[in-house]
Amino acid sequence: MSTPLVSLTNAGKSYPQLDALKSVTMHLNQGEVMGLFGHNGAGKTTMMKLILGVISPSRGKVEVMGMAPDSKEAWHCRSKVGYLPENVSFYEQLTGLEVLTYFAKLKGFAKGNAKKHAIVLLEQVGITHAMKRPVKTYSKGMRQRLGLAQAFIGEPKLLLLDEPTVGLDPIATRDFYQTVDQLKSNGSSVILCSHVLPGVEQHIDRAMILSTGQLLAMGTLAELRQQAALPVAIKPFGLNGSVANDSTLNGFLTANCPNTLLVPEQEKIKVLKQLLSHEGLDDLQVETANLEQVYQHFLSKHELSLPEKKHEQGAQG
Amino acid sequence: MRQILTVANKEFHDGLRNRWLISITLIFALLSLGLTYFGAAASGAVGVASLSTTVASLASLAVFLIPLIALLLSYDSFVGEQESGTLLLLLTYPLSKSQLLLGKFIGQGSIIALATLLGFGSSAILLYFQLGDIQVLTSFSVFIFSAILLGLSFTAISYLISLSVSEKSKAAGFALITWFLFALAFDLALLALLVGVENGISQAGLTQLMMLNPADIFRLVNLSGLDSSDVNGALAVAINASLSQAQLFTALLAWVALPLTIAIFIFKRKKL
Repeated sequence: MSTPLVSLTNAGKSYPQLDALKSVTMHLNQGEVMGLFGHNGAGKTTMMKLILGVISPSRGKVEVMGMAPDSKEAWHCRSKVGYLPENVSFYEQLTGLEVLTYFAKLKGFAKGNAKKHAIVLLEQVGITHAMKRPVKTYSKGMRQRLGLAQAFIGEPKLLLLDEPTVGLDPIATRDFYQTVDQLKSNGSSVILCSHVLPGVEQHIDRAMILSTGQLLAMGTLAELRQQAALPVAIKPFGLNGSVANDSTLNGFLTANCPNTLLVPEQEKIKVLKQLLSHEGLDDLQVETANLEQVYQHFLSKHELSLPEKKHEQGAQG
Repeated sequence: MRQILTVANKEFHDGLRNRWLISITLIFALLSLGLTYFGAAASGAVGVASLSTTVASLASLAVFLIPLIALLLSYDSFVGEQESGTLLLLLTYPLSKSQLLLGKFIGQGSIIALATLLGFGSSAILLYFQLGDIQVLTSFSVFIFSAILLGLSFTAISYLISLSVSEKSKAAGFALITWFLFALAFDLALLALLVGVENGISQAGLTQLMMLNPADIFRLVNLSGLDSSDVNGALAVAINASLSQAQLFTALLAWVALPLTIAIFIFKRKKL
């Protein structure tokens, strides 16, 4: 626990035409699940490639398990890293089992073990029934499961998953998160990369929000909520207009949602107590800002801070 | 080494699964059997033609076919995996770029080599039983060995193409152009140089120019041993100033090693 599993120090990557990733500093501890959020082209994949050692940073330092991932010494660590790329279509003519066996062999499994391990993984992602069929007959969800099974080869210490739940049905998504939780309890660290997706919140320890190669925010969800200072939405039922007459409450009402109170986090309890003192109250709905709202908040704040000329260009276009 | 073999094994099985091995072998076997039996048809007789005629006609066919087949087999081996995303994935594995490239080369090279051996070997054995001449086997082993090297050389060249472009369709186009240049245009240019420019080029100079084309080296290897009566054109000139068989094989080997080395170099610098 003393040294972080992954650490980026002012790491960035530039290509001739573009700064794919500006300066990012982050640490990932053992057994931690990090959510990495950002729109397309925000630098998520570049950051993953840096951590994987497929590309070298243009500046700053990247360390995985105490070594630079693009160096020769880090070679043997690679079998302890699992990766699910965003767009991958496996060898169409091979069967699922053959694909997985091939990758397991490349991760250092001996011939017989590779096949056994592959079958276990296929069971885990639930496509054993199709393992003897060529991949070209697979549906999108089955391909995604095969990709996940590939990432799970060899019980990785570090998992990087790019859009892991795309194409998965709700049950498969639930199974997937169960696997993530299980890996986490075994001490693996996971980086989940995604557009904001519902349901991810309870499975991640911390979140990172990237936009145009810049780190906008990082922290636990509670911290991010606090930073964003987004209000809690409280929706009382059965009060029939008495809220509007209550001087301590009507300040929280807004024009576009007349039945909902938007309350800052620190005033929540006070407002709730006040609401409970009203006789007619039937029911209450309390909604704290979800990940999506937090994400939207940071993105729009970032867009406002962009240089003026960009807005002008937008206006002209 | 284990990693190289794993990749090679997969590529070889791909070749089996796609029916590459069987179809190349069949093409070679049919062609060589046909040429062996009907090669003399032009002179009015059906039956086994002379050894030198057979080898000469086989060589002039193989020089077109083998490069084409090798290019077709391997032009997409990197750009194809890049498009499907598996190349990036493979490189996050404990597998170096040169291991991946050599593995592919061994796997696909074995397909070409085995097909050449089986396809042409079958007619060698047939001819041997017909003629009962040990000379058949020696001529054919030179032919088959050089044909394998020619195939490997164009496999390596197609890796160069596959690693230099970013789209599969472009790779196919470049492969076709490469084939056209080496198999057809190069010889035409040489011929034009010989005929068009008087005293423009010496025999030795011509032979040296031919070293720039693996297909021509292959021709030289196979035709220099034969009666020159069966050979004509630019080659006949070159053969008179011929290099030794060993030198020619060395040049052919260089045409395997050099593109392969450059391909590794390009791969290492390739951005993903």
